[in-house]
Amino acid sequence: MGLGLTLLLAFYVMGRGLGASGAEFRLVAAGEKVISTEHVDHNAYLAHYAGGDKNPLNAWLVYEVLGMMVGGLFSAAEAGRLGFMVERGPRCPRGRRLLFAFIGGCLMGFAARLARGCTSGQGLTGGATLALGSWAFLWMVFIGAYATAYFVRKQWI
Amino acid sequence: MGPLFKMGFFGEQTGLVLAFLIGISFGFWLERAGFASSLKLALQFYFRDMSVLKAMFTGIVVCMVGLSYFQWMGWLDLRLVYINPTYLWPQAVGGLVLGIGFVMAGYCPGTCLVASAIGKIDGMAATLGSLAGMVVFAETFDWLAGFWKSGSKGVVTVPEWLGLPSGVVVVAVVSLALVMFWVAELLERRFAK
Repeated sequence: MGLGLTLLLAFYVMGRGLGASGAEFRLVAAGEKVISTEHVDHNAYLAHYAGGDKNPLNAWLVYEVLGMMVGGLFSAAEAGRLGFMVERGPRCPRGRRLLFAFIGGCLMGFAARLARGCTSGQGLTGGATLALGSWAFLWMVFIGAYATAYFVRKQWI
Repeated sequence: MGPLFKMGFFGEQTGLVLAFLIGISFGFWLERAGFASSLKLALQFYFRDMSVLKAMFTGIVVCMVGLSYFQWMGWLDLRLVYINPTYLWPQAVGGLVLGIGFVMAGYCPGTCLVASAIGKIDGMAATLGSLAGMVVFAETFDWLAGFWKSGSKGVVTVPEWLGLPSGVVVVAVVSLALVMFWVAELLERRFAK
């Protein structure tokens, strides 16, 4: 319930929903800008976020994501779920888990930018507004995940 | 009348502060619902624990119904609400690949951040991967740009595409969600230890 109401609040207050991957990309853009402003200015995708005088980190999504991490921290702290750990299934060695997490992460980062959002921006937000492309995205996520689950089952069960 | 920001009730700086506060609420409820646990998230895909799926669809439905209700009550002008534009092919392919990555990583780009914040090292690995994947996307953008812009239908909603009144679609989605919840309960009982 809290999720839906928070999303509704965002729409009522700001006229937009929530998101996450965009903020991560803004971090990437900021990093690339530090390395080479010229490279950023000449790349059509990067330039949109960080070209010229733009500061990619001064954006609604970035502050929202920072809040998200703080909120998660509060919830975990209150419930005693804070702590360093490598979460995994009973049959999975730590190293393999971390490798899969990284590779899976790479796929997701790429995919999220391709789809113009992730399960927060396209799934939750797009889903609630009944955006056509977002619904297509969401169903494809489930298809992709359920289809692949069998092949990575040793990681989880 | 909302959206408050677009109606000029406050300025951009306040909007950024609100972003942070709304984010806190988002992150809090995500963690509460178990979204910061890769094991719990992944078990959705083995039908062992469907609570995350239920939480996600409850969120979508609550908000969707809320948006219709607010519009009906005159509290919100839906025409001013940002709706994601549709680019069918990249969204479909992106969704598929994200799904594959999701069951491998155990997180999505948002939840890996929350997980990292509470100490999950696998979450940190997923976050690093996510950032790396985004670098690859940006650097190969010149080749991808055509595909990334393909299937553009502009801003179109499911009711518009189906040619049905949005109220009908809302009721259909709520019904679908209820059926899904019932099926999820059955699957959980069958597969969970």
